[in-house]
Amino acid sequence: MIRIKKTALPDLYRAIEKDYPLYLPVKKANCVDFDRYEEGKEVSLETLRTVKSPKDMFFPQSEDLVKFRVDGQNIEVIDIRTEAKPFVVMGVKACDIRSFDVLDKVFLADPIDTYYETKRKAGVIVGMACSRPDEACFCTAYGIDPTLPAGDVTTYLCDEYLYWQANTEKGKDLTSKVAYLFEETDGKETEKQREETAKVLKKVPFASLDVNALNRQEMLDTFRSEKWKELSEACLGCGSCTFVCPTCQCFDIREFKTKDGVSRFRCWDSCMYKDFTKTAGGQPRPTQWQRFRQRFMHKLVYFAENNDGMISCVGCGRCVKKCPQHLNIVKVIKAFGGEKK
Amino acid sequence: MQKIREAMVAFARRKLEEKEVDRVIGWKKGEFFYDNSPATFTLENIAELVYNSFCGANLSKYLVDESKKDGKVLVFLKPCDTYSFNQLVSEHRIDREKVFVVAVQCNGMCDEKKLGEATDVKEDGENFLVGTLYGDKKIPKDDVLSIKCETCKTKEFAAFDEKIVLGEMPDRSEKRFEAVEKLERMSEAERYEFWQNELSKCIRCNACRNVCPACTCTNCVFDNPKSGIAAKSNADSFEEKLFHIIRAYHVAGRCTDCGECSRVCPEQIPLHLINRKIIKDLNENYGEYQAGAEVTALNPIVDFRSDDVEAATVVKGGKK
Repeated sequence: MIRIKKTALPDLYRAIEKDYPLYLPVKKANCVDFDRYEEGKEVSLETLRTVKSPKDMFFPQSEDLVKFRVDGQNIEVIDIRTEAKPFVVMGVKACDIRSFDVLDKVFLADPIDTYYETKRKAGVIVGMACSRPDEACFCTAYGIDPTLPAGDVTTYLCDEYLYWQANTEKGKDLTSKVAYLFEETDGKETEKQREETAKVLKKVPFASLDVNALNRQEMLDTFRSEKWKELSEACLGCGSCTFVCPTCQCFDIREFKTKDGVSRFRCWDSCMYKDFTKTAGGQPRPTQWQRFRQRFMHKLVYFAENNDGMISCVGCGRCVKKCPQHLNIVKVIKAFGGEKK
Repeated sequence: MQKIREAMVAFARRKLEEKEVDRVIGWKKGEFFYDNSPATFTLENIAELVYNSFCGANLSKYLVDESKKDGKVLVFLKPCDTYSFNQLVSEHRIDREKVFVVAVQCNGMCDEKKLGEATDVKEDGENFLVGTLYGDKKIPKDDVLSIKCETCKTKEFAAFDEKIVLGEMPDRSEKRFEAVEKLERMSEAERYEFWQNELSKCIRCNACRNVCPACTCTNCVFDNPKSGIAAKSNADSFEEKLFHIIRAYHVAGRCTDCGECSRVCPEQIPLHLINRKIIKDLNENYGEYQAGAEVTALNPIVDFRSDDVEAATVVKGGKK
């Protein structure tokens, strides 16, 4: 393990930027989100929970897919895909790193989504251990250890230092380029921090949530439950929960006219929206309670059914913190018997 | 607050028992003290109704759907919520006959985001006693007021069938336009930077639109593929602004300044300031007007008088 003084972190950012575009949590007008490093921006590695998850890095909210040049009767298809250059995402928490495994199940399954795959291969993930979980965290309910994030590199913010441990070849390549800024250490301090955090994690209110509560029941019974109407009655039908969620992966494909043709792009969609998956036959889920049910059935039941039991939630707590009317996956799980006594 | 809650539950219970109303809309408790959700109650669950400093949600918009159902609904409205209610009645979106309005005292609602870490919260007079995973803290309520309550526009109720007010409500209306004036004093470049910084955070989740009592179109222009401007994401910085400015103009003259847009924004964009600037301009150009103060078909945008100010000739960049 190696370490660098916190006060020298700007030197590290600059050094990484020489070889890679660097993305990390940046504070803008009181909110912290992942953004490209630039001199003068306020980096906030300490932030427990960015507003949006870093899924944008691999699956951007809006992304061009293909362009068409139209000339009379001729239509030329322009493939705009390029090889992505390696880039670094720093300060990613264990829950968000697990969310990439969930997204991989969707985008890297056959047929492989090449837009996602290119970026996923190019991204070097520098994980950040959590040392101050809060009351909305429940990653441990999914068996995630927030003090030991996976990723190409694992880092710890501990006392006056950032500790750095390369895990993979990609991580070692990155490390070799910036190692001159670091000093060797036995990393004892990180062990101490992990022990302290583990004690706090035992007290986190949703730590013992039984996230398989819905999954274990008969699917149709859960689907037909009367509880959905009550659970969803305050739902505004906005997309806050979906857009801050690290594992939501639905998108819409749209086109717009350009000067000499058509540009086709995709953008995040939300199952909470009333035009979601609207087809010629209409909207398959015409009421908000049905759309609400779809979101949670997908995360907790259907996704697990299709992916060897993997639930499409990582316990990051973003929906707990961000739903305008305070509806969230924890309340749903508890309503279906997920509260361990 | 506990006494107000008790009075609310007792009143609602009586109305339900006497069958004067069929159901009640209020707030129910969440996992913590501060994550209450709007909910419907009947005699069966009326005891679960809560009322504390974290009932910021404006319940008036739920009545658009609720008043279409059979029977009569009792609703609890805080002073500012009653203006949204009147405005919706004015626009024929709520059937007034089917609603029993109980106006409830509000001392200013608080923003759970400003509490920071908080597992247990207790109200203790002017303070919150907050328990966290890392120890306890004491926070004055005034320090964590919801952005919409910091400059509460009124403690008057614009509509009610019954009032539950057990004490004096604080007056914070004096500073209502302070933040707008600050923006007006900025240079164009500074103001552009301020809004660019704020609006570039927008994730187009539509929470502001969907919570807004003035936004009750069944099919929004931004959701309608035939409109030509339908969009689910902001492709560029122009679109970030376009959405919010179009929305502000669409609700101009009808926005009651309830502040829900800013309360619900996951990126904490002070969206209410756009609307409040328009309200200030309307006041200055056409005379003081408060949307929702009464049930009326007229507002400064739809009412024309020959001595009206021609805004374009006297106003440039918000300055006279």
